[in-house]
Amino acid sequence: MNGEVATDISNAVLAVQGLSKSFGGIHAVTDVHFQIAKGELLAMIGPNGAGKTTCFNMLMGQLSPTNGSVFLMGENITGMKPRKVWRKGVGRTFQITGTYQSMTVIENIQMALISHHRKLYSIRPYATRLYREEAMSLLELVGMAEQAERACAILAYGDLKRLELAIALCHQPQLLLMDEPTAGMAPRERIALMQLTADIVQEKNLSVLFTEHDMDVVFAHAHRVMVLNRGQLIANGSVEQIRHDATVREVYLGGGSVFADETVGDVRA
Amino acid sequence: MGLFIAQLLTGLANAATLFLVASGLSLIFGVTRIVNFAHGSFYMLGAFAGYSLMQVLPGAIGFWASVLLSGLIVGVIGVIVEILVLRPVYKAPELFQLVATFGVILVIQDLALMIWGAEDLLGPRAPGLKGVVRIMGEPVPKYDLALIAITPFVLFGLWYLITRTRVGVLVRAATQDREMVAALGVNQSWLFTGVFFLGAALAGLGGAIQLPKGGADLLMDFNILAAIFVVVVIGGMGSLPGAYIAAVLISVLNVFGVSYLPQSTLVLMFVVMAVVLTIRPYGLLGREEVVGEHGQVGEPERPIKPAGTKARLLVGALLIALLALPAVGSHFLVILATDIIIFCLFAASLHFLLGLGGLVSFGHAAYFGGGAYVAGLLVTHAHAPMELAFLLAPVGAGLAAVIVGWLCLRLTGVYFAMLTLALAQLLWSLVFQWDEFTGGDDGLVDIWPASWLSESNSYFYFTVIVGVGGIILLRHIAHSPFGYALRASRDSQRQAEATGINTKRVQWMAFTLAGALAGVSGALFVFSKGSVFPNELEIAKSFDALIVVFLGGVKTLSGGVVGAASLELVKDYLTRFEYWRLTLGLLIIVVVILAPHGIVGSLRKLYDKVFGSNDDPDSTGLNTPGTTQSRDMPGGVSGGGVS
Repeated sequence: MNGEVATDISNAVLAVQGLSKSFGGIHAVTDVHFQIAKGELLAMIGPNGAGKTTCFNMLMGQLSPTNGSVFLMGENITGMKPRKVWRKGVGRTFQITGTYQSMTVIENIQMALISHHRKLYSIRPYATRLYREEAMSLLELVGMAEQAERACAILAYGDLKRLELAIALCHQPQLLLMDEPTAGMAPRERIALMQLTADIVQEKNLSVLFTEHDMDVVFAHAHRVMVLNRGQLIANGSVEQIRHDATVREVYLGGGSVFADETVGDVRA
Repeated sequence: MGLFIAQLLTGLANAATLFLVASGLSLIFGVTRIVNFAHGSFYMLGAFAGYSLMQVLPGAIGFWASVLLSGLIVGVIGVIVEILVLRPVYKAPELFQLVATFGVILVIQDLALMIWGAEDLLGPRAPGLKGVVRIMGEPVPKYDLALIAITPFVLFGLWYLITRTRVGVLVRAATQDREMVAALGVNQSWLFTGVFFLGAALAGLGGAIQLPKGGADLLMDFNILAAIFVVVVIGGMGSLPGAYIAAVLISVLNVFGVSYLPQSTLVLMFVVMAVVLTIRPYGLLGREEVVGEHGQVGEPERPIKPAGTKARLLVGALLIALLALPAVGSHFLVILATDIIIFCLFAASLHFLLGLGGLVSFGHAAYFGGGAYVAGLLVTHAHAPMELAFLLAPVGAGLAAVIVGWLCLRLTGVYFAMLTLALAQLLWSLVFQWDEFTGGDDGLVDIWPASWLSESNSYFYFTVIVGVGGIILLRHIAHSPFGYALRASRDSQRQAEATGINTKRVQWMAFTLAGALAGVSGALFVFSKGSVFPNELEIAKSFDALIVVFLGGVKTLSGGVVGAASLELVKDYLTRFEYWRLTLGLLIIVVVILAPHGIVGSLRKLYDKVFGSNDDPDSTGLNTPGTTQSRDMPGGVSGGGVS
């Protein structure tokens, strides 16, 4: 490693170097390098099976990489458990939402706040009375304040996604990892959720890495786009650069992905 | 050498029955996800039916025809049970069906008693296979050799059925993804019924085929239950060759155990299981189980609230009524109330684990009996005063729970359940066979409370304070941050881990706490009775607790206590009659069918229906199936999403 890279690592919120993962003989992710700067919204796109979720799982510690390293604010977090990575300042939302179905909306937030304040093993106070105001302000931030006392199990899907975003913000993260934040949502809701995320990111000066299939969402909100194909990073640049990148067009058009035609159509429109 | 081979052959012959019964259990579980507690009862029925048929049908042909017919008859009984008892409750929350199968056990026990009487029946010997063959000088029964020869054919037949036929394809598909199979137009109910027929028939065959070796008696059902669970788990859930290998392993080890380590025969099986699962957590030939993807999760539990003023007043009133009991009620009533409180605390501790933690322990009696034995042993051997013994009982039970929890929490779902069962049985067999120290079958006697509690009423007050105190403590913890972390770990382990919760540690601590409180109830028990016997550690005791938790309502906070109190009261009344098991079994089945959410859960639903409620998931219809089912089970491997 040369001196220049080392400086980069300590400047970047997240620095990924030579990240690789194989499952048996399958190379899901091969030698991926990238960095995220403070306040940056970075999109990771690519066809299904490109290795996006594998990448995410390695960043967050659900999977340990076969090779390579991940640095968070200059600190090597490679292979750390998800809960440790979270403590270091990384919030995550899931492709398939993971909320606590048996609790109310606000209790979902309170639970994360209890963990944030390290009160998990306390058996004295009533959990529902802890950090209510803090939780309420987070719910207001994502526009869920009116639904605070509803059971999480009866929420609409889009609201679950917003709730998850609020949960991810509980530990005042430096970085948000969002795995297909708008998957399964109606087009209007998608735009709204990403607008909300972008606003929060700007207000709190966070960095975000998200994967996305909807090119509208990507081109509207990302500051920079990375393209992954068959586990390899094939492009990394501004939205304009990616739009006109020949290799990317090849992957999306030539690869015959299901969504390619629509998205390119959308892009032209 | 001759003796060695003879023993090996005996082991192989014994494996035949074990394999037949266990493979049936494995099939039923694989497809229907029902842990069929009544499988031992099917086996017992097979033996009794075979016995009766052999009285009628003469000769070698008659003998083998009887064996096959018994299988058929028990298969049909299995179908009846499936259609009448289980079909109405498939939609009930996860694992609720096992309560129904427990009811079936009770019913079958009494029916068998009515038809065949209480006497043990000596099985007829197989015509044509009565003698022995000398192998290197050692006598080996011809029948054993026949069994050894038959089993591989059965294994092959089953294997062929499962892997090479259309029916087998459906069964395997249903094992992996029931919804998909249903979506492809396969009538699930008949597939389930068919599998139940096959599974029950295999158990029946196993029962009939072992007649010449073991006969038939009324304790067969529970006696084989632990062994077949062990075989299925060691072999790997759903793997037939695995079940065969495990059956052979267990049977052979058992035969050698009898000759070389006679004091440890019972322990051996569970030691083997613990070793195998430590090295291969999913059994010899099993694969990791993705829990929660095909389990019946049912509707999610509702949010809980700390008790309001009304509820507190009600509890206060109940408490006053309890304390006034000795003044107004008879001595008998006071003793009954003592028993009920003790059982309620035991059930509440399991409910904490099962309801809040989603950790289904099949061996919770280990901590109840464990606490009782710790206290009893301290008094007997160390002449410890009651106060000290009483304090150390939960410590001992908690320590046992620390160890068992550490071993078991690496597993999930049904493997977790089975390992808790096996380790509980390990403790039971230790106590049962270590005569010098634990008194073995004769138990420990003369363990009485200290003089300041020697009057029966004062011990009752003590029980009320400690028992109700323990229940209230558990309830309070449910509302505390720790209780919430436990529920969070159950609801979505992946989210919990991604927000800094060490879910395994939370679950481990909950396991320990539940064990320690079960230990308290055990200590209360031993000093109220003055004695303790190994049956307080038995499977049946664990099942009692499981049943009441489900019966009361897993997804309600008070389910454990309400279930325990109701069952204990009903049992107390019913045991005056001769065939009380039949009545109780039928009653349990009826409750299961009428109140699939448990007593408390179903009453609450009824209340909502009558008085209306706007946050009931059922009535809003907003509850998308996709989101409820994404709830991952504790330790589920589905974390992180799939790329």
